[in-house]
Amino acid sequence: MDGNLNALTTVFTEFYYWVTVVFMFLIHVGFCMYEVGASRRRNHMHTLMKNVMIIPLVTVTFFFFGWWIYWAFPNAFPGMGGISTEAGAPYAPWSENMGTNLQDRITGVFWAAFLLFSWTAASIVSGSVIERIRSSALWLHAVMIGSVWWIIDAAWGWHYDGWMVKVLGYHDAYASGVIHAIAGGYALGVIMVLGPRLGKFASDGTPRDIPPHNPWMLTIGIFLIYTGFWGFYAACNVPAISPEVIDGQIVGTTWTATNIYLAPTSLSAITFNFLMSLSGGLMAAYVVSRGDAFWTFSGGLAGIITASAGNDLYHPIQAMLVAAIGVVIVYKLHYWVERKFKLDDAVGAVAVHGYSGVVGLIIAGFMLWGAPSSPYEGYATINPIGQTIGAVIMFGLLGFLPGWALAKIQAAVGVLRIPEEVELMGLDYAEHHAYEDAKADIIAADKAALAAK
Amino acid sequence: MSTIGYENWAVDLAEVGPVYPFQGSEVLMVVLGVIFWVGWHRIQYVRESAHLEEARGMGEKEKIDKMLERY
Repeated sequence: MDGNLNALTTVFTEFYYWVTVVFMFLIHVGFCMYEVGASRRRNHMHTLMKNVMIIPLVTVTFFFFGWWIYWAFPNAFPGMGGISTEAGAPYAPWSENMGTNLQDRITGVFWAAFLLFSWTAASIVSGSVIERIRSSALWLHAVMIGSVWWIIDAAWGWHYDGWMVKVLGYHDAYASGVIHAIAGGYALGVIMVLGPRLGKFASDGTPRDIPPHNPWMLTIGIFLIYTGFWGFYAACNVPAISPEVIDGQIVGTTWTATNIYLAPTSLSAITFNFLMSLSGGLMAAYVVSRGDAFWTFSGGLAGIITASAGNDLYHPIQAMLVAAIGVVIVYKLHYWVERKFKLDDAVGAVAVHGYSGVVGLIIAGFMLWGAPSSPYEGYATINPIGQTIGAVIMFGLLGFLPGWALAKIQAAVGVLRIPEEVELMGLDYAEHHAYEDAKADIIAADKAALAAK
Repeated sequence: MSTIGYENWAVDLAEVGPVYPFQGSEVLMVVLGVIFWVGWHRIQYVRESAHLEEARGMGEKEKIDKMLERY
């Protein structure tokens, strides 16, 4: 780090990403609370453990190969140049950059910021399959969505050199598609094979509501997700960079914050838009769900997700209206799919993340039509066709298909779903039994000790 | 044509101001936003009135007593 300004910028950037990582941890806390609150008492511990173990499993695999994929795969698509081992080399797990190195103070925090996105992608899938999937099956899905599929989509469409940005003009500043559409699509693929929870549908096919056992836990959970989402938004930006370092078309000497594509935006813009899209989503969801508390809360999230693709550039009122429109579409689509295809999405993850992501991408194509997707020359500009193709790639090609295929394999070899008897008695039955036995044993021992005095 | 007024970033950022889409339509956007906000109050008010009217006839004395006891 030669020169004070350079040193200060590097340390500021290092600290900036570190803070976003800490904030984003709250997303996972929120997801855990939401899932446990939504599950029935007999499944608590398994539901919690299923989500908690996503943390280490995705972390180690993201270290081993996920981060390398991001840097090596931006053009890994037929006709686009293929995998770049040279670009990936500094991020291979054996690289000197992937450890304590005073010449590189950014890789660790940048890796961690992306890693927390990986947890989120896996956690979104985890919510929709509660109370009937085998933990072993979900954990394999978590590794695949968290350390393979989402990071391929990030390399393609969320990287300054990604082929989707260059060729399609794909624009997805705060990950409507690259996190939410893909995770929602993946969850849809899994639940199609997994099937609904016992009792979810009446014999005539009418869906039953399975209410959460603890609404307050759900409420706190989703508010923690909102809070972590702030960190996520900040983490999607480069906080301060000079035109010289960007080395693109921008002239002059004015430093700026940028989105992930190194195109200009500001923290102020995304703060406006985060809050206005949250509000638009909450208001629309309240109306469309007729005041249902949980759809209203989820609608806040769905609103932000719908506006996220363009929230680096939207006007705040646009963000609010885009969010509101998205939420109405998503809510209607959720119940239509549930009735038509008899699918049990336990927490509405496919709708809140998947459909919102797809709708948000397409709307951004119209709203930002003709705007530059990148500060570099020769890139396609943002357009509705590119965004729609991008949505299909995110939700369908990299989300739904891999989730469905792996679930099919797991189902074929009988390792996807828990036995019906266990589902009825509850996943925690054995542990609960052991707990009660241990309690009775220690109470008897204490009483015996007291009697002997 | 670009909705944000820039087709590329070959600009000096010192000379760039607003970059949101449809600049010049701010008043229209505010009007639409206010319609959304006021409309929301209207819908909510009407629905709440209908709900309260329906709810006032739903109470069973025994259950209400229990609720009062429960605090």
